Amino acid sequence: MNPVNYLYLSALLFTIGAAGVLLRRNAIVVFMCVELMLNACNLAFVTFGRMHDNLDGQIIAFFTMVVAACEVVVGLSIIIAIFRSRRSASVDDASLMKW
Amino acid sequence: MSMSTAATATLAVTKVDAPTIEYGKLSPILIIAGVAVVGVLIEAFLPRPARYRAQLTVALVGMIAAFGAVVWLARDLPDDHRGSVTAMGAVAVDGPSLFLQGTLLLIGIASVLLIGERRLEPAGGDAFAPQAAAAPGSQQEKDAAAAGWTQTEVYPLTMFSLVGMLLFPAANDLLMMFVALEILSLPLYLLCGLARRHRLLSQEAALKYFLLGAFSSAFFLFGVAMLYGYSGSVSLDKIGVASAGAMDNDALLLIGLAMVAVGLLFKVGAVPFHSWTPDVYQGAPTPITGFMAAATKVAAFGAMMRFFYVALPGMRWDWRPVMIGVAIVTMVAGAIIAITQTDVKRLLAYSSIAHAGFILTGMIAMSDAGVSSTMFYLVAYGFVTLGAFAVVTLVRDARGEATHLSHWAGLGRRSPLVAGVFALFLLAFAGIPLTSGFSGKFAVFQAAARGGAGSLVVVGVLCSAVAAFFYVRVIVLMFFSEPKVDGPTVVVPSVMTTAAIALGVAVTVVLGILPQPVLDLADKAALFVH
Repeated sequence: MNPVNYLYLSALLFTIGAAGVLLRRNAIVVFMCVELMLNACNLAFVTFGRMHDNLDGQIIAFFTMVVAACEVVVGLSIIIAIFRSRRSASVDDASLMKW
Repeated sequence: MSMSTAATATLAVTKVDAPTIEYGKLSPILIIAGVAVVGVLIEAFLPRPARYRAQLTVALVGMIAAFGAVVWLARDLPDDHRGSVTAMGAVAVDGPSLFLQGTLLLIGIASVLLIGERRLEPAGGDAFAPQAAAAPGSQQEKDAAAAGWTQTEVYPLTMFSLVGMLLFPAANDLLMMFVALEILSLPLYLLCGLARRHRLLSQEAALKYFLLGAFSSAFFLFGVAMLYGYSGSVSLDKIGVASAGAMDNDALLLIGLAMVAVGLLFKVGAVPFHSWTPDVYQGAPTPITGFMAAATKVAAFGAMMRFFYVALPGMRWDWRPVMIGVAIVTMVAGAIIAITQTDVKRLLAYSSIAHAGFILTGMIAMSDAGVSSTMFYLVAYGFVTLGAFAVVTLVRDARGEATHLSHWAGLGRRSPLVAGVFALFLLAFAGIPLTSGFSGKFAVFQAAARGGAGSLVVVGVLCSAVAAFFYVRVIVLMFFSEPKVDGPTVVVPSVMTTAAIALGVAVTVVLGILPQPVLDLADKAALFVH
């Protein structure tokens, strides 16, 4: 199969993720959409690695996975802390500061 | 080639050459990374009462040692001031990275002095929550506060963040740049949520910073993927070579350029990616705000300059007009919205947005003078910002820091020294002569004018005038209005905060009166290694 199709898929996944971040209200779902964007990046890296016939893309994908794992640890701890104090994980509720 | 033969060919390579890494050249980064790990071990193995002194000592000694290593590496640079790349081309050890690393370490030392301050809270303790995991207002939190707990995990977190900051302007390939970006950001997200007072605001700041920061780093990473697809490498040099000959508008190159730029502009807080800045600056514990405002900007502008100057100099006719637009919008929006602010920390946040625009002006010059003036501005701005936030920590009432501007009325009559120091910092922000702000603004505007961005200079000067209005308004409020009856008091800090403020004042005055030695140093350090 033509590898370019994977690039289209990757761009589609990235767009779905970005739209989710902007549209969804639950902090956990927003965060999952960010993870989807990172995975779209991974797909693009691996596909480009295949197209250029070098291994850099696949190696970079591993780095991205590690970074995404670290982000989960930090992100979930922040979301849990704010859920415990507000009993809500909605990003609209956290609005004490404006402008 | 079919898939199976490709796999066999890959497997057939049995001998892998181990990468050569010159550890000496990476020593500043490695020292701070070691300090951070030792900090974690101190948290694990030392009894609670002994941790504070141990953490503070290890962090300060480590940063001074790392600064010594930076000086040693800078003396070792060859006479033509060209640096070298190390770690298989992933890290550049050249003038700009060493200059900015030195700046970051000095800012780090002053920040740790602020973080370590324990004399401001009437009930004892520092600016950080006694137990960050306890919900605000819960019994658990009250117990922790009553027991007089203090946490020291902020020190290793700050050091980890500093590792990322040291690596960010030195990263010579985009993968390293992405990893450095995350190393500097992730601890900062946590640090933002650790304030002792106003914990809901603090947690909200952490949530906003985290979600938007993760969103922008996904853009950065997708941009890296596009540039990798375009050039077949993530090395800045190779992208530079590949993009130098780009005759037609290649979609991959342009998308990659734009998305990496989004990630970097978010980190410096440029409009239209600035919306997190005021909320995060207001909600975060003030010592952390000072550290973040000063050091993140230094690191992110260093990385941005390296990205545009090394990887995409051949594309300047494509990115320069966009960046000029971003700089103009940033200066105008920052200066105008700041006028309407009523909170000191938010005021300083919008002022930092306006300053991001001024610094972009220097970067856009696309010359050695542009690099050196930007670096000089970063030094000047970093210490003024840190000093200003340090003063904010001192003005307090019963509810903690009194950040509402109306509380600052008449402060100059009650505490002329503190108000005078704050006025000096505000004048430096405004760019009044004989302060470092003037030297910095003069340098970047001169570089931009010579680089052919005259329009930018005109907008910059006008915005400086608008900005001067609201800085002077605060000074007038402090010195020429009656103090409130139940107004805030200025708490006398320990020697640590005093030292940090004194450093800010010294740098502001010295760079204002005698800028030439530092300008010469920045000139010598202005060459990126290719």
